Amino acid sequence: MSTMYEVLPGPEHFLPPAAASMGIRLPDPGQAHIHGKIVNEDEAMEVAARQFLSAKVPTIFPGPLVLWAWNEKAAKKATAIRHLYETIKECVTPSQQAMLIPMPDYRPKYPKINPEIEINPNHPNLTIWHNKIDACMFVGVHCHQANLSLKIIRGGTYCYTIAMCAQAGHEDAMVSFRDATADKIMKLADWVKKLKGSVEPPKD
Amino acid sequence: MSKERIKIAPEMFEIMPSEYQDLVDRATYGKEGRGWKDIGTSKELIEEHSLCAGCPESMAFRYILASLPAPEDTVMVGSTGCTSLVFPHVGVHNIHSLFGNQNAIASGLKRALSVRFPGQVKDVVVLAGDGATVDIGLDMTLQAWFRQEKFTTICFDNELYANTGGQESGLMQKGFVAKMAPVGKTFEKVKLPEIARESGCHYVVNCTVSKPNLVEKVIKNAIHVAREIGPTYLQLYTPCILEIGKNSMEGLQEMRDSEKPTERFAYREYVSDEAKELLTELAAKEKERKAAAKKQLADKQLAGKA
Repeated sequence: MSTMYEVLPGPEHFLPPAAASMGIRLPDPGQAHIHGKIVNEDEAMEVAARQFLSAKVPTIFPGPLVLWAWNEKAAKKATAIRHLYETIKECVTPSQQAMLIPMPDYRPKYPKINPEIEINPNHPNLTIWHNKIDACMFVGVHCHQANLSLKIIRGGTYCYTIAMCAQAGHEDAMVSFRDATADKIMKLADWVKKLKGSVEPPKD
Repeated sequence: MSKERIKIAPEMFEIMPSEYQDLVDRATYGKEGRGWKDIGTSKELIEEHSLCAGCPESMAFRYILASLPAPEDTVMVGSTGCTSLVFPHVGVHNIHSLFGNQNAIASGLKRALSVRFPGQVKDVVVLAGDGATVDIGLDMTLQAWFRQEKFTTICFDNELYANTGGQESGLMQKGFVAKMAPVGKTFEKVKLPEIARESGCHYVVNCTVSKPNLVEKVIKNAIHVAREIGPTYLQLYTPCILEIGKNSMEGLQEMRDSEKPTERFAYREYVSDEAKELLTELAAKEKERKAAAKKQLADKQLAGKA
């Protein structure tokens, strides 16, 4: 019997263990992970695209690294993210609601954030609960803030998390890519388009 | 940091919360001659804050942020206290240090910035309460001045530990009874402005924040002197209205009462000879700039009429 820990949608419990501490390791270049299992990147692309197409509220959370046009690469990624969002919107049924919600910075905001228009890494669950988000993708969020948020989301929500990481990936996401580029994001949009109509939409 | 880098990716602009759109479109980063008069006509570098209603510290924060000569190239260093509740809401780079450690952090930061960005202006401004500056962090405060570190230290003096319930601080006045200091203070308010002068600060001011134009002047002077010459120190009275038994509307009057000529916050200033020379030079340049701007405006109006 396999005893491998699986990174699955929560709510796990108030303080879920860091997936890394449970033996989950990061993928090598060209790879990704699904629920902690290292796979070929294309396999993960398909799973991520299926999650977007089968979720009631598929959502992309772009972080500061792509929201702010601080270099040419960032600007290209922003264009690709917008394209992915528009593609998801086109490919889902009218009963599904695709969202694009920014994480503009990491400051703890008081008295509270407006969960309809933004997500804060210190309490990402508020935005997820408020909008009933059941699948989301982090992109352009600095690693330590993404790790924090992904763990909070796994601890307190049932949301399926995907990380499109520009570095080595995230153990705490259910699906994690690494070395994200604008091309990789466009490729994910192609997968969404390719699978349109072949994934059963969510039941009400 | 170049102001050009403060822009939102065009595809993401419409989804950004309005305060970020405003920061890019209407804030005064990079504006020559920015000052407190921009408040109300441009986006301020402070969002909603979590200080008490009517708190003079919030006024001080607004004036200071509006007066920084180059906010896009400034790093502020804060410490534990009411000020640390505000820093998460400001649009200026900032570091929260350990309680009392702020001047040590700022020393290293200023040196690192000088090495990393040679020939570029990078201002470091410490902003902490009296507990951090005078009690817990006095060692670090003084050592930075002895070493002639080139940054500004601002102390928000509310004469006690406010957000922990009103304990006695070194800057509390003699005889004052606070909620957590029922016996009353038995020794005099520490004379930090005088100590600052003797410790090598080139520009020292002791005042309240009742007059925004005065706050703007002393902030700009202190930062320019620190940039070119050496350490500067501002002690600004920001009374804690809750801990001295006042109402929200009475903060301003409390400051006005405390700045009368015989009172402890009567305006006092010390400027070293080097700093005087620099400030005279800067004042002349500013006068020229204003005259040129006035002439340009008049020419424009004339051309419009023609």
